[in-house]
Parts: sequence; C-alpha cells; structure tokens
Amino acid sequence: MVHQIVEYLRNADPLIQMSAAAIVLTLLGIIFALTYYKKWRWLWREWITTVDHKKIGIMYLICALLMLFRGGVDALLMRTQLAFPNMNFLDSQHYNEIFSTHGTIMILFVAMPLIFAMMNIVVPLQIGARDVAFPFLNAVSFWLFFFGALLFNLSFVLGGSPDAGWVSYPPLAELSHSPGPGINYYVLSLQISGIGSIATGINFIVTILKMRAPGMTLMKMPLFAWSVLASCIVIIFAFPPLTVALALLGLDRIFGTHFFTMLHGGNPMMYVNLFWIWGHPEVYIAILPVYGILSEIVSTFSKKYIFGYKSMVASLMLISVISYFVWVHHFFTMGAGPGVNSFFAVASMAVGIPTGVKVFNWLFTMFRGRIRVTLPMLWALAFIPCFVIGGATGITLASAPSDYQLHNSYFVIAHFHQTLIGGAVFGLLAGMYYWWPKMFGFKLNETLGKWAFWFFNIGFYVCFMPQYALGFMGMTRRVYTYPAETGWGSLNFISTVGAYLMGIGFLFIVVQVLYSIRYGERDTTGDPWDGRTLEWSLPSPAPHYNFAQIPTINGRDAWWEMKQQRKAGSLVSENELKPIHMPNRTPLPFLMSLAFFVSGFGLVFNQFTIATVGLIGVIVCMLWRSLEDDRGYYLSVDEIKQTEASVRGA
Amino acid sequence: MEATEKTISDQKPQEHGMEEEEKYVLGFWLFLASDLVLFASLFATYLVLRTHTDGGPTEAQLFEIPVFMLETFLLLTSSYTCGLAMHALKNGHARRLIGWIAVTVLLGLAFVGIEINEFITYSSEGATMQRSAFLSAFYALVGTHGLHVSLGIVWLISVAIQLMRKSIQPTTARKFINAGLYWHFLDVVWVMIFTVVYLMGVMG
Amino acid sequence: MGVRNLKKTGVSDKLKKFLFGFVLLFLLPGCSDRFVLLDPAGPVAQTEYRNIMLTMVLSAIVAIPVLAIMVYVVYRYRDRPENQAPYTPNWDDSKILEVIWWGIPILIVAILGVYTVRDTFSLTRPPSDQKPVTIQVVSLDWKWMFFYPESNISTVNYVEIPTGVPVQFVLTADAPMNSFWVPQLGGQVYTMPGMEMYLWLQADRSGVYEGKGANFTGKGFAHMNFQVVAKPKSEFEAWVKSVKRSAPPLTNEKYNQLVKPSIANKQLYSSYPTSLYKDIVNKNGGMYYTHHGHH
Repeated sequence: MVHQIVEYLRNADPLIQMSAAAIVLTLLGIIFALTYYKKWRWLWREWITTVDHKKIGIMYLICALLMLFRGGVDALLMRTQLAFPNMNFLDSQHYNEIFSTHGTIMILFVAMPLIFAMMNIVVPLQIGARDVAFPFLNAVSFWLFFFGALLFNLSFVLGGSPDAGWVSYPPLAELSHSPGPGINYYVLSLQISGIGSIATGINFIVTILKMRAPGMTLMKMPLFAWSVLASCIVIIFAFPPLTVALALLGLDRIFGTHFFTMLHGGNPMMYVNLFWIWGHPEVYIAILPVYGILSEIVSTFSKKYIFGYKSMVASLMLISVISYFVWVHHFFTMGAGPGVNSFFAVASMAVGIPTGVKVFNWLFTMFRGRIRVTLPMLWALAFIPCFVIGGATGITLASAPSDYQLHNSYFVIAHFHQTLIGGAVFGLLAGMYYWWPKMFGFKLNETLGKWAFWFFNIGFYVCFMPQYALGFMGMTRRVYTYPAETGWGSLNFISTVGAYLMGIGFLFIVVQVLYSIRYGERDTTGDPWDGRTLEWSLPSPAPHYNFAQIPTINGRDAWWEMKQQRKAGSLVSENELKPIHMPNRTPLPFLMSLAFFVSGFGLVFNQFTIATVGLIGVIVCMLWRSLEDDRGYYLSVDEIKQTEASVRGA
Repeated sequence: MEATEKTISDQKPQEHGMEEEEKYVLGFWLFLASDLVLFASLFATYLVLRTHTDGGPTEAQLFEIPVFMLETFLLLTSSYTCGLAMHALKNGHARRLIGWIAVTVLLGLAFVGIEINEFITYSSEGATMQRSAFLSAFYALVGTHGLHVSLGIVWLISVAIQLMRKSIQPTTARKFINAGLYWHFLDVVWVMIFTVVYLMGVMG
Repeated sequence: MGVRNLKKTGVSDKLKKFLFGFVLLFLLPGCSDRFVLLDPAGPVAQTEYRNIMLTMVLSAIVAIPVLAIMVYVVYRYRDRPENQAPYTPNWDDSKILEVIWWGIPILIVAILGVYTVRDTFSLTRPPSDQKPVTIQVVSLDWKWMFFYPESNISTVNYVEIPTGVPVQFVLTADAPMNSFWVPQLGGQVYTMPGMEMYLWLQADRSGVYEGKGANFTGKGFAHMNFQVVAKPKSEFEAWVKSVKRSAPPLTNEKYNQLVKPSIANKQLYSSYPTSLYKDIVNKNGGMYYTHHGHH
C-alpha cells in the first residue's frame, strides 16, 4: 500500500504533487496554530465531542464551503482546459479524474452538507425544540460525512482519483477497465457518508413529528420544517439503493464477484437502475429544503404571510412522491421501450406542476407585500428566474424524443447546473445569509455581499447559457478536448470567462466572511430581519439549550404573531423556569466514524487486516454506546438565569 | 394572552419516561422501512441475475430442501420465542424475559451456524461467490440477511446483559422492544428469501 | 410516411427564429450550419427537432410571463416609505388563483404528454415504407465497428448509407457502454455489452454527417468519432461493390487486435466471419436475453 502510494506520487502530474505539498504544509500550519494558541482542548471539548445541533450545523457549513472551494477549483481547471480547441493544459486521464471528483464532491460533499447545515441549525429552533430527537446519532451522522469526505479527498494525493464520472457506470468502473484504487475510494467514501445521511433522515423525521412545541400542529409548522420533512422522507427511501449499488460494485472490485462485469453473467444495467433510483430522488433531497428556505425568506422580506400555505405543503409532499417515479429519464436512451419511456417522461414532466405552483405562490407572497431587497432576498430573487429557466429546459429533457438528441450533450450540463447552482446553491446561499446572524451573532457585510452576488450571477449566465448552445452544436459532455473544426471554440471561451467570474464571486464571499467576523454589524436583538418564525425569538447565537421556556404556539408565523400581540400590549410572559435536561458530550461518534474511515482506507487498498481492525473498532464503539449509562445532565435554574441574562444582554 | 409564552407545566425532561421512548420506537420503524428498501434492492438484483449462471451450478442443482427447511424452522421458532419474551416483558417478568431472549439467541446461533455451513458446502463444490453472477447475487442477498441476523444476536445479548444489570425500566424495555421488532423483521425477510430464492429455485 | 414530418418545416423555421434569439446572440457569422441539432437531415431528426421546439415554446409560454410578473411585482411593492401600492400583510389565500396556477401547468403537461407519447412510440417504427437496410454496430475502446449483414462487408469509424431509405442500426458493445449518436440524422441509443439495441435513422439528403460516441468510456473517449456518408442508392451499391472488390477481409485475429484499447482511423473490410457479431453479443451475456425483433 505505502509503496503503491509513493510510486503514484512520484509519477503524478506536477499539479498533483504541488497540491500534495500544499496540503501537508496547511496541515502542519493548523497543527502549529492549534498548539501555539493552546486550542486543542477547546477543539476537543467544544467541537469534536459536541452533540449540540447548532455546532454540528456550523461544522457541516464549514466543511461544505471548503468542499465548494475544492469542487470549484476542479471546475476552473476543466474550464481552462476547454477554453480553446486542442488545449494541452490537462491530459485525458487528469481531466477524467477532475470531472469525476467535481461532480461527486459538488453533489455529495457540498449540496448535502449545506442542506444538513441548514436543517441542523434551523429546524429545532424553528419548531421550538431543545435539540434533535437523537443528538448522539446526529453527531455520528456528521462524523461519518466528515470522514467520508476526507477519504474521498485523499484519493488524488494517495493513489489516484476516481475517473469514471460521478456516476461510475460499470463496466468502465470495474477492475477490468479501472484497475487503480480511484473507484474504490469513490465506493467506500460514498458508502460511509451515505450511512450518515440515512441516519440524518431518520433523525429529522422523528424530530419534526415528535418534538414540536405545544400548539404547533403540522399545519401550523413553518414551511422550511415541512420541506425538511419531505426531503428526509426521500432520503430514507432513496439512499438504500445507492448503498446496495455501491456495495455490489465494491464486491466486484475487491472480492471478484460478477454483479456488473461484462463477463460471467454480470449485468451493468442493474447498476444503472439502482444508481438512479437513488440519483434522481437525490436532486430533490437537495432542492426540497431550498423551496422551504425560499418560502421563509420571501415571506419575511415581503412582510406577509406565505401565499397558499396548503398548496405549498401539498406540492412539497407531491414532489417527494413523484421523485421515485422519474429515474428512468436518466437513461431513456438505453432501450427501455416506448411504453416505459412514455410513463417516465410524463412523470418527469409532472414534477413541473407542483414546482410551478410554488413559483406562483412565491410571486403572490410578494404581491401586495413590502419587499426589502436584503442579501438573502437578493439571492432568493435570483433563484426564481434561474430556476424557472432550468425547470423549462428540464421539461424539454423530460420529453423522451427530445432527450434522445440532447442526452449526454452540453445542453444537459447547462440544465442541471442551472437547477443545482441557480436552484440549490442560490437558495442555500440565501439561507446562509438569512440565518448567518442566528448562527454567529453578526450580519455579513452587504456591500461585499453585493459584489459577490453580481459576480456570481453574471458569471453564472455567461458560463452556462453558451453551454445550451453548445448542446445544439452537438458537443458531448466529458470530452477533454475538441478540434477547431467543430466551431465550439468561441462559445467555450465565453463559458470559461463566466466560470472565472463565478470564481471571483466566491472569493468575494470569502472576503466578506473574513471582513464581517471583525467588522460585521452585531446582532443584539436576535431578530435582525424582523422575522416571523420561532428561531428569531431567541438571542443570536442561541444558548446551547435553545429555549429557556418552550413556547406555546397559536398561529402559523408564531413569532410574528407574538410580536403583534406584544405591540398591542396583550402579551404576558415570564413563567417559572425549570431545570433543563441536556445530553452529555461524547467522543464516541468521532471515534466510531474514525474506525469506519480506517476500515474504508484499508479496503481501498485491499488491506484486509486494516479493514478488519477498523470494523472491530466500529463494533466496540457500538457496544460501548449500547452498554454505557449516559443519562445526560440537568442545567439548574440559576445557570439558565445567568445564561439568559448574559445572552439577552439584560 | 397568557397562552402564548406559557411553558407546559408537566413537561418531562428529555430521554426519560415512556413518552420519550416513543421517539426511539418511531425512529426504529423508520430505520426498518429504510432497511426494507435495501433488501428490496437486493431482491431485485437477485431476480435479474438468477438465470445468469455462466455455465455453473443452477439454483435447482445447488439448494437442498432439508437444509433450507431446517433454517426456516429455526428462524420461525426463534421469532415465536422472541414473541414469548415480549409477553414476559408486558407482564413484567424480568427473569422469564431474559430466559426467552436466551432461547431466541440460541436458535439464532443455530440458524447462522447452519447457514455458514451451507455456504461452506457450496463453496467446496465450486459454487463460490466469484463463479457466476447468479451466485454473486445469491450470496449477497442471503449473506446480507445472515449478517443482519448475526448483528441481531449481538444486540439481543447486549440487551439481555442490560436487563440483568438494570432489570425492566423504560430504557431497557425500549431497547428490547426495538431489538424484538428487528428480529421479527428479519423473520419476514427470511420468509421472502425462502419463497423467492429457495422455493422458486428448487421448483426451477 | 417518409414525408410526414417535413411538411411543417415552415412553421418550425419561424419557431426556430423566435426561440433562439438568445442563442443567436452568441452566434458568430458563418457558423449557423454548425448548430447540427437545428439542421435535421432526415425524418427521425426532424421529429425530435419538432419535439424540442414544442417543449421549449410551451415552457416559454409559462416562463416568460412569470418572469415579467416577478420584475413588476418586485418593483411595484418595494419597501419605500413613499410607495403607495396596496399592502395586505394578512392576505394569504385565494381559491380561484390557486385553481388557476394548478391548472396552467397541468394543462401544459397534458399537452406535452400527448405529443411525447405519440413521438416516443412513432420513433420505434421505421421512418418510411421503403425496404430498410440493417447495419450492425459494435462500440469498442475507442472506435466504432460496423457490419453490413446483407453484403458481408465491414467498416471502422465510417459508415455509408443510401438516402431515402430507413436504416435499422442494431447496436451492442464489446467494451464499456457507449452511446451512438449522429445528431443530424436522429437521437442516440446506448451500446451495451451483451444487449442488443435498435435505432432507426434515415437521411433524406446526401451528405457527410458527423457521428460520435456520446457516453464516456475512458481515456480515448473524446476521439471516438465516425462519419456517416449518405448517398443515392445506386452510388451506395457501387461503394459496397468496390469495398468487396478492393478491401482486405476482416479475420478473427484482426478483430482481436481492434478490440484492444486504441484510437483508429477509417478502415474498410471486404468480408467478416459470419458469426462474429452474434458471438460478440453472446460472450458478453447475450445468451441470457431472448431477443425481440424490432421491425
């Protein structure tokens, strides 16, 4: 194994060697800084062993932004290679690795953790709960995600990245055609983080169904909580097929079985089916919570109740159901027959119905409102046209006869970037700006944010609109180069310029965050946006127990209504405080996930001793948890009073 | 408007009392739903690949009726004894509960033992997981179930230890309820394996 | 049937201009012929082209007004003290409005659904009544192999077809799955080891059409292109005769060389072992599927 890694690094592209050196230096720098500032204990006590949903959410957010940087660099490398015909910036192998890691990272290690960050930080605060249903399991989910992402990101310096696309179709992804460790990294890292995702799905369904504040019936629940519920339902039913697809591909590669091989009876189609039974619902997992975020932001910044609440709920649930009946549209061109293709085509178009309803309802929430174009609202407003255009081109792709032509072309690339960036990323950035004060206690600088916004938005259209046209010119996806005679050069160049503009936009966000940590406007009220839902009733950041007293809910926009009543002078509060029960911090989730990581790393290189040691570690941690008597602890009334006095600045 | 910011007077702290235990039961049902989709995926794979024998042994040549009938008998019986344990829990008989868990575990161990023996026999006849797509799918499906059963055994033992230490209280009761639910679930999956893999297999 | 889709090109042309305004912004002079999807050369590509246009027009009918309304609403109801526009913070429900905007997308999807189903079925049938030509296709790493079972000739990265005649491509792979795509003649179909796929194409005018492997297959994927040459039937038959006369035969040994990963140029063979194609399908798992012929 060590020999293999050393050999790989010795022969690697200078770009990769430089990255490896940079990673080692950064690690050394972090270790030095932690030691110099004596922060190890703080890191261990406050973060690594925490079970607090808010801190877990922040860790998801940090990881997601780091991964967004890595995936973004991948994108810029690709766009640089494609900027001109016959470029020699990257060779075929390196390009193949980069587009494979770009896709995988953006979907699984950026979109998913951003969603989980928002869910973790907001859902308990919004429904009036002190934590999620299973805080321990929540920490397990995070650390599984963390170590899955770590394993995946090690691949390019330790042995070689996966290079069969983010879908890793066999037989290309089989040992016969991809002999290196790359695809093993893919299989095992996705498997490890996937287990965490299923656990998160279960955790938040139970949290939402069982832990709402008294009086908050389901139909009085904020739409973000609804959207998370819809998304989690999709998670728990969609991830198992991925688990199976990856496990069987792993068995083929590591143990020589024949599920998807070309010879000995294997059937690659089976993988394609299992993959997309997860893969399509996956994009709804990412987009559903964004619908919720949009609903919160549009309502808050229009100073108006969300329009058509019942329709909004119905459309969320409808999308989560339809999402299971569309997966074949990823392979209309694999000869499923006209009957099957017709069914899945119409089902795919039908997703446009509830989605369209949501757009209309957002518009009518703004209609006759009072619209404040703050940073969150700006991103929400940018989301709508981008997502509408992405949805429209999606309708075209959903129609099987059109898809026969457009499948595998740059039209598809443009379409799904428009829904995943213009949809998911814009929405999640809106959510990040919206809830940032709640997470950290200060606002992000508006001016720098606007620069970021315009660079990113203009860059987005400059980057992806030409790609629709390239699709009509017959440019296929995943080509690392193209001859000048194709005539694709000028549009590709424009697209590359757009990608760099987006990169500048991202840098502005980084600068904005760094600047605002120091100079950002502090949020002393806990309610910087004149919010409507319960999270804004708490100080920013919220104390670790969230609610000193659990409120009783009467209406849909609970905090808005409380404020109205307070204005009318009819609100009497101040009840007696009671001791609060809190879960203990614990190192087990971290250690257990570390054991998973060790096991996975061993399997990547067929080192079964290491893999077994890791698995034993996992089992020991599980048994430890099962047998330990962890009843948590109580916060006394005095402690609560002290904390409340300090955070509320009384 | 007193109602607006009033705390519930009888609010129970987290993780205590049967009400809180309900969260775990709901969570566990959701896990089972998810696990069922996992098995459904494996069943689908098996059904697609069962004829892909690559000139190697077929289902009819491989499966021996007495062996899988015995496996079925053992697992169904263990489900029954697990039910008796549940009955003991309801009546609050801690020792009887532990006793029935022990019987369930023993039956489960016998099942796993016979299954391992079955796999070893097949492999020695050349019917390994690497021989053909059919055999890959067979071992994956039946083996995954076997792994689940093994995990269930470890879990039941751990619950029994806790019952011995702490007797019946909300936490231990909930843990047994979930472990028992898991055990019954595995039984249901086995009935499907029995039908789809073994019965359909020997009937050709 | 051969002309069924060509009658309405006048309408389509207008739509093309209407819809591709935004594309035209990026157009450089003299490059319009490179938008191959907008320049169908046969009935299959024509049907698909019209389907693309229809879906885009119907989507645009909803999308453009929505975006216009959005711009108006954001401007009209911005939060300024001097803004006199009505403000109704508690108005959050209207049955009539909701029925309208559930209704609009349902109607659009219903219309699109009808056309989609119609075209999906029609594309599985031969595009005209002429006696079809069958060509077997095998994707390899990283080249395209063609067999003409009717005349027993074979080609690599190059295929000739007669114009005005439906061609049934029967496709498989002896390598990781690829996708066979000739944009100007019609949409793509995957090539998969052990499976046989069927694709009808037809060229109505003579010409050279670029074909490509559309599904990623590793290092040499970007170079997996081929040419489709369509010419009148008599010239096509003359070409077949000349290949039979002058090209070398394809032997099993030669095929085994071709299977190895490499990039290839155009090649012609005067004959090939008769069972070669069936053997390729069967060895990769074809024996597990009963083939249902598409005619």
